[in-house]
Amino acid sequence: MSEINTGGGGGKHDGGKVRSKKVSTRVDMTPMVDLGFLLITFFILATTLSKPSAMTYNAPDKTKTEETEPLKASNVMTIFLGDNNKAYYIFGKAANEDPEVKTVGYGYELRKAIQDNTRKVPTDKFVVVIKPTKKSTYKNLVDMLDEMAITKTQRLAVVDELTDSEKTLLKDKAKLEL
Amino acid sequence: MTDVAFLLLTFFILTAKFRSQDAAAIETPSSISGIKVPEKDIMTIGLGRDGKVYFGIDDANKRIAMLDNIAEAKGITFTNKEKKDFSLMSNFGVPLNQLKSYLNLPKEQQATFKQPGIPVDSTGASASNELKDWVFNARKANNDLRIALKGDNLAKFPEFKNVLATLQAQNINKFNLITGSEAPPAGWKSDSE
Repeated sequence: MSEINTGGGGGKHDGGKVRSKKVSTRVDMTPMVDLGFLLITFFILATTLSKPSAMTYNAPDKTKTEETEPLKASNVMTIFLGDNNKAYYIFGKAANEDPEVKTVGYGYELRKAIQDNTRKVPTDKFVVVIKPTKKSTYKNLVDMLDEMAITKTQRLAVVDELTDSEKTLLKDKAKLEL
Repeated sequence: MTDVAFLLLTFFILTAKFRSQDAAAIETPSSISGIKVPEKDIMTIGLGRDGKVYFGIDDANKRIAMLDNIAEAKGITFTNKEKKDFSLMSNFGVPLNQLKSYLNLPKEQQATFKQPGIPVDSTGASASNELKDWVFNARKANNDLRIALKGDNLAKFPEFKNVLATLQAQNINKFNLITGSEAPPAGWKSDSE
């Protein structure tokens, strides 16, 4: 492997005269290059390539209570984050008014549902209420907030408590036991 | 070719920034958010897939100050060696009553030790909630700390809620969620651009 080549320029004996051998100065580079590539591979793998990004989460201040106008159910889309990466939503009706519960997966389905519903009411009135159930995961919430960023929904609320009528609604129509 | 290879090698050596040893592997969800996580003055609360909570701050010197603060508040004393070992941990998930014995474990055993996670509770303010003490004392040691929450894909929502309650009990209402980067859907434009 790492011998020094001395063969190349060696003189033949001509006529018995002893001449000094011409020694080639070429060194076999293969092992060094091998090592070089090995190190490159190592550093490529060890470097963190994609830097993480951050999304900001603003929670309401619990110490302040602000009197706000009650929300009209007709402008509100309530999204329940269920188990097995499924989301359920109701739109336009309160939970006790027997609304239609629709099931969507995260991603395109959910995005389309939000966009469709946004068009049905004046943009500045549209409110999304996100209700993560205890069976949902952190990923579901982040995905949900990400959809909010994608659909540019400005008015949203994350509420982690379900009312009794919502619980019965989910149990009856979405078979989601809470 | 060799020249190029070694040029690349030099480049990677110079730009390499090694991943620090984490207390637990956390796979974060991804988002389209383009905000970069700040590199300085950051407190990271990790939430593992099994709901264990991990805690860490970025600056090794501030870690000692933080440990001093919490030791004073809880009436525990740490030796200089323990403090030094503590300052080398980028994050940890050990309850206070086990911290001392954990720091005295040999390095190999520390790596294999199953960290039980920092105790939290749903109200965010009870005496058994140690996360609130760490958050409070870390902010005491460094007032400019920003808070980042790094949760695992599979962490359940109630566990996130406990951390949220702990932060809100200290009137921290704004923080970052660390996520991976993902490309926004085609045709999507940010309002700020």
